[in-house]
Amino acid sequence: MNKVTASSATLRASTPYGFLLPALLVTALVILFPVLQTAWFSLHDYILYDPDNSRFVGLRNFAVALSDEVFWIALLNSAIWVTGIVSLQLLLGLVAALLLNQSFWWRGLARALVIIPWALPSVIIGLMWTWIYDFNLGVFNDILLRIGLISAPHPWLAQPSTALACIMLALVWQGFPFFTVTILAGLQTVPPELYEAAEIDGASAWRQFIHVTLPSIAGIVATAVLLRIIWVANSLDVILVMTGGGPGYATHTLPLYAFLRAYTGMEFGYAASLSLMLTAILLGIVWLYVRRQTGELEK
Amino acid sequence: MIRRRSFARRLIQVEIPVLLVLAFALAPFAWMLLTSIKPNGDLSHFPVRYLPSSSTFEHYRTLIQRTSFPVNLLNSLVIACGAVLLGLATSVPAAYSFSRFRFRGRRMLMTGFLVINMFPIVLLIIPLFVLMRTLGLIDTFLGVIIGHSTFSIPFSIWMLVSYFNAIPRDLDEAATIDGASRLQTIRLVVLPLVMPGIVTTAIYVFITSWNEYLFAMMLSGETVRPVTVALQLFIGEFTVQWGILTAGGTIIALPVTILFLFVQKRLVGGLTAGAVKS
Repeated sequence: MNKVTASSATLRASTPYGFLLPALLVTALVILFPVLQTAWFSLHDYILYDPDNSRFVGLRNFAVALSDEVFWIALLNSAIWVTGIVSLQLLLGLVAALLLNQSFWWRGLARALVIIPWALPSVIIGLMWTWIYDFNLGVFNDILLRIGLISAPHPWLAQPSTALACIMLALVWQGFPFFTVTILAGLQTVPPELYEAAEIDGASAWRQFIHVTLPSIAGIVATAVLLRIIWVANSLDVILVMTGGGPGYATHTLPLYAFLRAYTGMEFGYAASLSLMLTAILLGIVWLYVRRQTGELEK
Repeated sequence: MIRRRSFARRLIQVEIPVLLVLAFALAPFAWMLLTSIKPNGDLSHFPVRYLPSSSTFEHYRTLIQRTSFPVNLLNSLVIACGAVLLGLATSVPAAYSFSRFRFRGRRMLMTGFLVINMFPIVLLIIPLFVLMRTLGLIDTFLGVIIGHSTFSIPFSIWMLVSYFNAIPRDLDEAATIDGASRLQTIRLVVLPLVMPGIVTTAIYVFITSWNEYLFAMMLSGETVRPVTVALQLFIGEFTVQWGILTAGGTIIALPVTILFLFVQKRLVGGLTAGAVKS
């Protein structure tokens, strides 16, 4: 474990820290300091255009949030948002990975093309899907009308009952290739002998999937799911572009609500307390992830 | 006979389902590309016209000649290159240190960089805005580039540590025995070997910075505004001009998509080894 090179023994013990110094300095400036400041803001009624009049209010911002109706709407939407998007992405990503793991002559091309949604900027995703959902000229309404599922165009993003689900579909589309590529990487580590043995034992394709494939990729899938939960829970740019949180509060999620309070309301104190609560929830998930990850580092 | 049937079966069980998945993955993108070359008459045609009646580059021309888009493109390029340079300058030595030294606090610091990857952006964006305003860096390239280092540094460190670890330590030792100093060893032995990993990381940071929207929106003004923010502002400005908007989307998306296709294979290797946020 502590195998050191011959020369490093003579070097000062501070050398490793010297190499780390630039990264640590910048990180302290852009992350550590801002996080501490957020904590500080959250205890004040800090308004951006009137910073001199900010008063220490203790935990009042948090108490206000707990009795803020919009906070609870945003929290509920966030829960729907994360569970819906991540489970659909996983399902679709798994199916695509299993298909792309078969052999066919244009497999390489298919594998390259399937990840395109993942490479696109969120603003473009939001723009494309807003255009697809357009009331008059959108292709979504047109297709549904043609196959007879609806009899009149529907204002998908302007209707509170459908807006959140429609944005979720856009996010599912954007993120499923992430699962496809990670699961594909996992599938390639499964030794073919396992399938051969299962074949000899007369196991059906389904049983092979349950008993050989799934256990082999479980680790990589768990890591991917945890990463994705955090990413999806934090993402707000697609919503911002597509509906800005509306209609009403129909597409407010927790990070979006915090952002809007900071950006349009300039209420940095309140927004800080909202984002701290979001962070606290996510830290629980991060903790699971880190435990898993450091477990793997040991190997 | 048997061979023909298995061919048909493979077509139904594999190739057609793959085509369906690809159609889902590519259709929205294809729709954007098609829209961007349609004349205005097709765009407002009801019912929807799927294929352009004639192709035109008028939207691209309008975007380039009559808007600030070319300047925004240049801004995006400067910001993304800056983010890559700042990211690499700080994370290459850090990753080297994590890979080659065993020192007190190593595990804690590595975990720290991992956790930082997961912080909600909203948590950082508010105080960063105040900080940049205090430092007078709002609407400067440096301000946006420093903002982007919140993701470029932790991400790069995690990717690079796995690439550095892949290089056998025996090589360092051999060079040391031959009388090379540590810096010589790094420059002549380690860096050339880790270069493909550095390039992959650099391209991925470039793409992420090019695609980034929230930091750029908060920290930039008219002077250094990148394309993502500019396009979002166009949405308000030309509400129904889908031709111009999709042309802009295509210009932004195409170069990074092509870059991404080049590095994706190596990226997946680095991702599964280092495990970072998308």
